[in-house]
Amino acid sequence: MSAAWRMLVRDWRAGELGVLAAALVVAVASVTSVGFFADRVGQALERDSHQLLGADVVLAADHPWPRHIVELLHGSGARSAEAVNFISMALRNGQSQLAGVKAVSESYPLRGRLRTAPSLGAPDAPASQGPQKGSVWLEERLITALDAPVGATLRLGKAELRVAAVLTLEPERGAAFFNLAPRLMMNVADVPATGLVQPGSRISYYLYAAGEPAQMKALEGRLKGELGRGERLETLESGRPEIRNSIDRGQRFLALTALLAAVLAGVAIALGTRRFVERHLDGCAVMRCLGATQAKLLALYGGEFLLLGLFACALGALAGYAAQAGIGAALAELVRAELPPPAPWPALQGFLVGLVLLLGFAVPPLMQLQGVPALRVIRREASGTKPSVLAAYLVGMGALAGLLIWQAGDVKLGVYIVAGFAVAVAVFFLVAWVGLRLASRLRFRHRALRYGLANLRRHARGNAVQVASLAVGLTALLLLTFTRNDLVDAWRRAAPPDAPNRFVLGVQPDQLAAVKQFLSTHGAGAPEFYPMVRGRVVQVNGQPVSEADYSEERARRLIEREFNLSYLDELPAHNAIAAGRWTRDGLSVEEGIAQRLGWKLGDELTFNVGGQTFRAPVTSLRRLRWDSMKVNFFVIAPPRVLDGFPASFISAFRVPNGREAVLNDLAGQFPNITVVDIGAALRQAQDVIDQLIGAVQFIFLFALGAGLLVLYAALVATEDERRREAAVMRVYGASRAQVAGAQRVEFLAMGLLAGVLATAAAAIIGQLLARRVFELDLPPGGALLVAGPVAGLLLLSLNAWLSSRKVLRASPALILRESV
Amino acid sequence: MKTTSSVLIARGIGKTVRSGDGELVILRDIDLEVTPGEAVAVVGASGSGKSTLLALLAGLDSPSSGSVTLDGVDLFSLDEDRRAELRGRTLGFVFQSFQLLPALTALENVALPLELVGSEKAEALARQMLQRVGLGERLHHYPKHLSGGEQQRVALARAFVVRPKLLLADEPTGSLDAQSGAAVIGLLFELNREYGTTLLLVTHDEALAARCARIVRLSGGRIAP
Repeated sequence: MSAAWRMLVRDWRAGELGVLAAALVVAVASVTSVGFFADRVGQALERDSHQLLGADVVLAADHPWPRHIVELLHGSGARSAEAVNFISMALRNGQSQLAGVKAVSESYPLRGRLRTAPSLGAPDAPASQGPQKGSVWLEERLITALDAPVGATLRLGKAELRVAAVLTLEPERGAAFFNLAPRLMMNVADVPATGLVQPGSRISYYLYAAGEPAQMKALEGRLKGELGRGERLETLESGRPEIRNSIDRGQRFLALTALLAAVLAGVAIALGTRRFVERHLDGCAVMRCLGATQAKLLALYGGEFLLLGLFACALGALAGYAAQAGIGAALAELVRAELPPPAPWPALQGFLVGLVLLLGFAVPPLMQLQGVPALRVIRREASGTKPSVLAAYLVGMGALAGLLIWQAGDVKLGVYIVAGFAVAVAVFFLVAWVGLRLASRLRFRHRALRYGLANLRRHARGNAVQVASLAVGLTALLLLTFTRNDLVDAWRRAAPPDAPNRFVLGVQPDQLAAVKQFLSTHGAGAPEFYPMVRGRVVQVNGQPVSEADYSEERARRLIEREFNLSYLDELPAHNAIAAGRWTRDGLSVEEGIAQRLGWKLGDELTFNVGGQTFRAPVTSLRRLRWDSMKVNFFVIAPPRVLDGFPASFISAFRVPNGREAVLNDLAGQFPNITVVDIGAALRQAQDVIDQLIGAVQFIFLFALGAGLLVLYAALVATEDERRREAAVMRVYGASRAQVAGAQRVEFLAMGLLAGVLATAAAAIIGQLLARRVFELDLPPGGALLVAGPVAGLLLLSLNAWLSSRKVLRASPALILRESV
Repeated sequence: MKTTSSVLIARGIGKTVRSGDGELVILRDIDLEVTPGEAVAVVGASGSGKSTLLALLAGLDSPSSGSVTLDGVDLFSLDEDRRAELRGRTLGFVFQSFQLLPALTALENVALPLELVGSEKAEALARQMLQRVGLGERLHHYPKHLSGGEQQRVALARAFVVRPKLLLADEPTGSLDAQSGAAVIGLLFELNREYGTTLLLVTHDEALAARCARIVRLSGGRIAP
C-alpha cells in the first residue's frame, strides 16, 4: 500500500488525478447532502403530522378526565396541555352565530403553532401561546357573522369576552373544516364563568402530551390499558395532502438532482480514467520490463485509485455535511423546532456511492493497464487485449443502476434515469458517428475546411465518443438551467399566488345566480360552482361496510364520515383520469381514497343521502392536484345518478388583498352561506414550496459542477492526440493558421452536433420528467432550442481557441519529443 | 538451477509472424551466448531483426522456436509474471526513446525499480546514482524539463541502480544528437566497467559497436558469419 500511496502522491502532483478527484467529491457531496436533507425532512414530516394533532399523544373523552389518567400523564414527565370542545351560540348586539368553541390551557398547542392576525385581512403571524384569560380569538367567518371585529366584546353563555385576534390557522383543524362550526378559541380558565358546562352537555375533553419519542411510546403503552368507556387515544393521521404533495415533489426533485450529479460524475470518472490509462500505458510497460508482475501493477494502480477514492469520498462527505447546514438554513421555517444532530448514515451512504462509482467506472479501464505487454517499450503499437468497452462499462452501468434505485428509494425514477441515460448515450454515439462521417463527405475548396472535415472522418470513433460525452454534459447543463426553470415555474404555477383563497359553501340552488352576480361585481371573477350532496357509504358490492372493516385510522374516519359528492357532465379540467373511463352512469373516485379504502374499478358503491340510497359502479379513478387550492371531490357522479337529491353549491374564489370587507356584505345578503378562509393554508403551502425550491437550487449547484466536469473531461480527452497531430502537420509545413483553422472546423462541427443532440435530449427528458415523474404540465421552451446549439458552438469555439493556443505555442519538436 | 556460467544463452531462436499474405520470417535459427563481464554489440540494418532479438532475449516477446536461458533459468518455461520477476532481478534496460515515466521526477524514475522490489533504501540509492551520472542538481525535475541527453542519463541511472547482471541497450543514442550521444555512450561504458555489468547493445552505429569487445551481425534474420 505504501507503493500505491507513493504513486498517488506522484500522479496527483503531476496533475493526472484532478478530474477524477473532483468528480468523486462532487458526487459524494451531492448524494450526502441530499441524504442529510431527506433525513431532516423525514423528521420534519413526522413532526408536521404531530402538529396536525397539536401534540404527540392526544386523549379524547366525552366526560371530564378521571384523576388517575391526569396523574399518569403528569407523572410521565411529558409536557401537557388540555382543551374542552363544545358547540355554543355566540352573541353580540343581537346577532348570534353557532360557534365551535375550543377552550385551551395556555401551553396549547404542544406541537405546531396557532397563527393569528391583529385584524381582518392583516398579515398573520405565529402565536406563542393560546388566548389570555378573558379574551377570545375568532375565525374570520365568525367575526363577519357577528360583526365582532378585534376589540369588540361578545357574550358566550354568561361570560363577556373580548375579541383579541383573528384566528387564521389552527394546526388540529387540517382540511376537515367543512364539517365544523366556525372556531371560537378561548382560555380554559374562563369556561366555568360561562356556565355552559352542565351535566348532559355535549362536551369533548382533550388531554395533550408531548416529549421524547421513547417517553411517548411508553406513555401510549400505559394509557392503552387504563382507558375506560368513552375515552380514546388519537393517533397520527396525515391530513393536509396539499403540503404533503409539495414535500413529496420537492424530495423527488432533490433525489433526481443528486442522481444526475452521480451519473455525470460517473461519466467524468470514466473519461478521466480513460485518459489516465492512455497516459500510463507506456509507464506500465516500462514497469513490466523492470520486473513488475501483473498482480503488482494491479495492486499498485488499484491501491492508488482506492486511496484516491477514500480521500475524495471523505472530502465529499465533509462537503456534503457542510452543505446540509446551508440546506438547513434554507429550510429553517419548514423544519421549525430544533432537530437532533444529523445521523452519520447519509455521510456513510455518500461515501459508498463514491466508491461504487469509482469501482464501476474506473476499474474496468484500469484493468487494461495490468495487461499491457512489456514489448510496448520496444514496439509502441503493441497493446494488450483491450476488453470490450461495452462489457467494461456494463459493470459500471449495472453498479450505477443499483445505486440509483437504492439512492432514489424510487424504482421508477431510478429505472427512468438509468434506461434514459443508456439510451441517450447510445443514440448520441450513433448519431454522432453517422453525422461526423456524413459531414466529412462535404467537399469544399477552402483548405482549412477540407482538412477539418477530413479530420472528422479520420477520428470518427474518438470524435463520436467525444461528441457523445459532450452531449451528455451539455444535456445535463441544459436540463439544469432551462428545463429546471421551466419545471420550477410549472411547480409554482400549481399553487399560484392568484389561487383561490376562500371557499364558499351552502349556496342554495335559488341563490346561485345572485351569488355569482355578487362575486363578479366585487372583483372575485366568475368562479365555477359545483353542486354538492353529502352522503355516507353504506355498502360496497352489496355488503354493508362500517369503520370496523378497516384497521387503518384514516380509512376508519373516512368511512365513518359523510362524503362530499358532486355531479357533473364532464370532469373538471384539473382532474386527470388515472384508470378507467368517465361514463354517464358510473362514479369517478379519487385514486388515493380508492386505494386506502380498497375500492377497485367495477366495485358497486351504495351511498345513503339523507335517508335515501343510490348505487353505482366505480368506472374511473382520478388523480387530483391537491396543491391547486381548487374545489376537489373524492367522488363525482354523472348528473342522472345524483340530480334527484337535495344539493347545495360550493365554489372557490379569490378575494383580492384589502377587500376582505366584501365578505361582510356577502354574509349580510346571504346569511345562510358559509365562507371559509383558506388563505392561511395556501400561504403555508406556498412557503413550503418556496423553501423546498431554495433547497433544491442548492443541490443543483453540485449537479452543475458535475456537468462542467464532464465537459472538461471530454475536451481534454483527445488533447494529447491533437497536440501530436498538429505538431506533425507543422513539421510538414502547415502554417499556424492552417493548423488552427482545421482544428476550429473540426471542433465547431462537433460542437454544433453535440449542441443539437443535447437540446433534443433535454427537451425530451424534460417532458418525460414533467409528465411521468412530477405530474406537471411543461410547455416547450423556445429559449432551450436556441440555447443548446449555441452553447455547443460557443463551448467548442472556446476550446478550439484555447487548444490551438496551447498547440501552437509549444514548438513542434518539444511536443514530438514528449510524445515519443 | 544454473546449468552454465553464461549469463545468457540463446539456442535456435526463430520468430515468424503472420502477415496479410502468408508468414513473415523475422529471425531464423539464432544461437548466441554471452558470458559475464562481456560487452556484445548486435548490429544490422534497419529491419534486420535486431530489436526483435533483443525483445526475445529479455523475454518481452515469445519466440516461435528455440530457447533462451537467462542467468541459468529457461525463460520460456516461465509464465509472463515469473519472467517479469526474473527481469527485475537480472536485467537493466536502456531504450532509444528513454521510456521515463512522465509523472515521476528524475529521482522517482530511478528509484522505481528498487521500489518495485520493496527496497527500503530506494531513494538513497537513486540519489547516489543520479549524482554519479552528473544529475545531482536535477533530482526533482520532471522528464519534460530535461534535455534528451539528460533524460537518457536518468535512464542509465535507472538501469544501473539495480546492479543488473546484464544490461540490454536498444539504440541508446538513436534519439540524441551526436554530442549528447557520445556523452551518454561514454557514461554507459564507464558505468559498465565500474559495476562489472555484462552488456548487450543493439545498434546500427558501427562506431558505437566497435567499442564493444564482440560484434554480432544480423542480416535477413540470421547471424552473418
